[in-house]
Amino acid sequence: MNEDCLEILLVEDNANDEALALYALRGLLVANKVQVARDGAEALDYAFCIGLYANRTAENPLLILLDKHLPLVDGLDVLRRLRADSRTYMIPVVMLTASSEERDIRDCYEQGANSYIVKPIDGDQFMKTAQKLGYHWLLIDRPPPDRIGADPPSLINAHPAE
Amino acid sequence: MIEEKIEILLVEDNANDEMLALYSLRDLIAAKNIKVVRDGKEALDYAFTKGAFADRVAGNPQLILLDKNLPVVDGLEVLRRLRADPRTCLVPIVMMTGSAKESDIAASYQLGANSYVVKPVDFDKFTETARELGFYWLLVNEPPPDPLAPRKNDHDHAPSPTDR
Repeated sequence: MNEDCLEILLVEDNANDEALALYALRGLLVANKVQVARDGAEALDYAFCIGLYANRTAENPLLILLDKHLPLVDGLDVLRRLRADSRTYMIPVVMLTASSEERDIRDCYEQGANSYIVKPIDGDQFMKTAQKLGYHWLLIDRPPPDRIGADPPSLINAHPAE
Repeated sequence: MIEEKIEILLVEDNANDEMLALYSLRDLIAAKNIKVVRDGKEALDYAFTKGAFADRVAGNPQLILLDKNLPVVDGLEVLRRLRADPRTCLVPIVMMTGSAKESDIAASYQLGANSYVVKPVDFDKFTETARELGFYWLLVNEPPPDPLAPRKNDHDHAPSPTDR
């Protein structure tokens, strides 16, 4: 598997939503630029290069599309763990979920989600939303420069006193 | 007092970029729903209803477009103070700036920017970027609940208590 050009980690347990999202994004990237994880544990394994993903190239995706309700480890927990780790805390994470409850929206922003999107139920709307999303995060947004394997954020404390 | 609902707070000291942004967003949002402030202090005054904005009806915009290099108070400092206050810590903030320096991008994300956009120099690119950005944050993204919104009657704003 060529992982050099990985761009998006899609964490989605619903096969139908996965297919729709991949279809909507097809114009913005080729299929091998999306990695799909089907539960929260797999998403974390992928992000931290453990388990099944122990051998993958240690490079952060440009974007994580994260469902909130996931098997094994809930989306909010995945988000919390990504934000707590120096290797992954700056990766743009967009919640893509069915819930439009205020509490869920607030929780996700509080845990550091960059954006929160309620999945449209209508197929055409879903497609449009996924396209706008892909366009914004892949073509307009400048992702943070960090990469797994590099020293933790080379920014504010770039040069600790020797 | 009748006030327009401000959907975007545009913090921009460059008159040309301001015009371009307003022009790009004209189909998406009426000019009266965009509040433009020209330096970092004015942005903070607006956000925290102080100074010249002490009398405005409190409420967060749906999006803050924040330039990085600003007079009086720098954009990163504005970002830091907005994130440090419970009233504004969740407002979507997109940095929109001329700098493509990695250190600026990283610092912005570290301080809690939702997104970082480099202003394209080319006119057409700029308008397209601003339009897509506005569409995304106003129509696609679901903003956090606004702790500053004035309380209204239940039937107006109350979230549906029923779970989906």
